[in-house]
Amino acid sequence: MTQVSPILKVSNLVKHFPITSGGIFQRTTGAVKAVDGISLEVFPGETLGLVGESGCGKSTAGRTVLRLLEPTSGSIEFEGQNLIKVSKRELVFMRREMQMIFQDPYSSLNPRATVGDIISAPFQVQGVKPVGGLRSAVGDLMERVGLNPEHFNRYPNEFSGGQRQRIGIARAIALQPKLIVCDEPVSALDVSIQAQILNLLAEIQKDFGIAYVFVAHDLSVVRHISDRVAVMYLGQIMESAPSELLYTEPLHPYTHALLSAIPIPDPDLERNRERIILSGDLPSPSNPPAGCVFNTRCWKAEDKCRSERPVLREISMGHQVACHFPEQNLIETISVAPTGTDFIA
Amino acid sequence: MSETDEVLLSVRNLYVEFATDDGLVSAVNDLSYDLKRGKTLAIVGESGSGKSVSSMALMGLVAGMNAKVSGEVYFDGQQLIGADPESVRKLRGDRMAMIFQDPLSSLHPFFRIGDQLVEAVQVHHDIDKKQAQVRVKAMLERVGIPDVDQRMNEYPHQLSGGMRQRVMIGMSLINNPELLIADEPTTALDVTVQAQILELLKDLQKEFGTAIILITHDLGVVADMADEVVVMYGGSAVEHAPVREIFYEPAMPYTWGLIASIPQISAKNAHLDPIPGNPPSLINLPSGCVFAPRCAFKQLVGDDLCEHERPQLSLISLEHASRCHLTENQRTDIRRARLIGRQK
Ligand SMILES: Nc1ncnc2c1ncn2[C@@H]1O[C@H](COP(=O)(O)OP(=O)(O)OP(=O)(O)O)[C@@H](O)[C@H]1O
Ligand SMILES: Nc1ncnc2c1ncn2[C@@H]1O[C@H](COP(=O)(O)OP(=O)(O)O)[C@@H](O)[C@H]1O
Ligand code: SF4
Ligand code: SF4
Ligand SMILES: [Mg+2]
Ligand SMILES: [Mg+2]
Repeated sequence: MTQVSPILKVSNLVKHFPITSGGIFQRTTGAVKAVDGISLEVFPGETLGLVGESGCGKSTAGRTVLRLLEPTSGSIEFEGQNLIKVSKRELVFMRREMQMIFQDPYSSLNPRATVGDIISAPFQVQGVKPVGGLRSAVGDLMERVGLNPEHFNRYPNEFSGGQRQRIGIARAIALQPKLIVCDEPVSALDVSIQAQILNLLAEIQKDFGIAYVFVAHDLSVVRHISDRVAVMYLGQIMESAPSELLYTEPLHPYTHALLSAIPIPDPDLERNRERIILSGDLPSPSNPPAGCVFNTRCWKAEDKCRSERPVLREISMGHQVACHFPEQNLIETISVAPTGTDFIA
Repeated sequence: MSETDEVLLSVRNLYVEFATDDGLVSAVNDLSYDLKRGKTLAIVGESGSGKSVSSMALMGLVAGMNAKVSGEVYFDGQQLIGADPESVRKLRGDRMAMIFQDPLSSLHPFFRIGDQLVEAVQVHHDIDKKQAQVRVKAMLERVGIPDVDQRMNEYPHQLSGGMRQRVMIGMSLINNPELLIADEPTTALDVTVQAQILELLKDLQKEFGTAIILITHDLGVVADMADEVVVMYGGSAVEHAPVREIFYEPAMPYTWGLIASIPQISAKNAHLDPIPGNPPSLINLPSGCVFAPRCAFKQLVGDDLCEHERPQLSLISLEHASRCHLTENQRTDIRRARLIGRQK
């Protein structure tokens, strides 16, 4: 990579939600460690995928990075400015450059506002007067995301899920931000509509040079859209690498297991490949295992894993892994094994 | 004919309609298929295509003033549509069972796990509580619940999502049904847990010889599990074939679109080829091909036939049926030009 500086640099970010109990006098009895010390960088115009299973802290990380949630500790630098230090007023102004798209197109749009109102809101909040007037700017945006500008005065419930997601995208790109956090933007959509939205996001990125943090649990979708991918488990980053590398040469046992768990839409390939089936469930993020958080399900765990937390370290150019015993000599994760052997871990 | 070749379930010309304020919803239109003992039939299609309603209907679970079910469903030779509801209810939970996406919808929140399963056994079998408990315990162990004695005394909310799904699978299989309908059984689960549950379903099917109707929108799950596949669109089957043929020789534009829409995990496909437009409204379905408004190939069919005449589901080879006016040559040319399916 050339000497471009990251647009977003997150260091040791922590977000804990207190667990309280008791009646009148609330006592804090513990914490959900939703995000527990993550570091990542996002460069201009690229897509960083953030993947992991439900509850691993992806959404919390995405929201905290934009300071939609107040971090417990850590630092967030956006274009060199420490977001944690800026005042609420400055933050509102900075939001012009940082937007968010949500998973649920049904609940993220105000049902009583027209599409026109929804898409013009960012201009009004920021006091921006677009050249040519608001109405025509909104019409252009609607056209850009594949909506009919004549539907300016319609309400969200008159649109399908995919169209509502287009409304959310139009609102997010209205002020041409530099960064958009997309939280499961296609998870609620049918595959044919999902593909439409993924293509739209890719085109918009190309046109405007926006960087995405793309949060999702579907690893195929993430591979499709991301330049680099970070894998989370119980609030921590297990591995991060350029996406081709991560998918073909995963070094962390969890990444390996996660990739191997995805059924491939090709019957011959699917039925003749080697597969790792993890035992057990995810531990609770309020009481994560000591040492490596993956040790309760890892087939390679040794004593050291139960006492010492592995740090995220760089193993090769741009490839970081948090594991005491990273995988070596990996057979292609998605390869055709000679016989249909299942490897139960 | 060997026992495994025996047809267990035969669905013929199934229709389901709902009268609503907006008009008549044709949720299932002329659906027909056969399912053999011990085999898995996957039903795939987008949201609202009629997957769940068609399966509920054959279990006698579509009821209510506004619903009308017609057609024929033979379960082991017995016609279920229009049959005495009591006799259908006796089959349910015994010889045929169902699992849902959300286990909480079939597990009662206020009763202990163990008691619910014991009840499920005793409803259909005249055995005492002790015997039923032994059977339940064995089943829960079989589906991989740890610390069974303790878990049997717990309530559904005390279990993780994966464990609840195991309990529900155990409950549905407790009476060793011949038919299991699994409606998106793993959609709410994480991939690592999904892999566990699919493995379990396959093992249990081998062990008990259960026939499975697997409803899913995940083509990866289909590739893993199915013997045969029905692709549904707008309430009808638009293609029906053995699983390899669906993936390697898909025969009609909607199936092509579905396959081209999925990002592949095994290779980065540069550009997805989505199906334009949206799924149809089931009120006032078009009189021609239901897929015509979104179909990129209808111009190849002469005389605007696609707009005027609904194609029949017809055999294009021994075991492969599709509902489309394109000719065999046209299909072959398109598949070759667009690299759809496996290239010869
Ligand atoms: N009780 C009802 N009254 C009116 N319409 C109904 C009723 N139940 C289902 N429908 C309609 O029937 C159609 C088929 O629904 P169904 O639940 O079978 O879809 P599906 O293929 O299972 O979709 P999904 O993938 O979302 O589960 C839908 O348009 C649905 O809105
Ligand atoms: N507002 C909140 N209060 C308490 N706990 C929360 C809150 N938001 C999220 N959590 C918890 O934090 C963990 C991570 O959640 P989330 O970031 O939503 O996960 P993901 O997006 O990866 O599914 C979960 O255990 C979740 O229950
Ligand atoms: S540190 Fe140990 S337990 Fe953790 S992933 Fe690596 S080998 Fe497994
Ligand atoms: S019948 Fe016509 S409209 Fe329908 S899928 Fe075939 S080509 Fe397309
Ligand atoms: Mg989330
Ligand atoms: Mg359904």
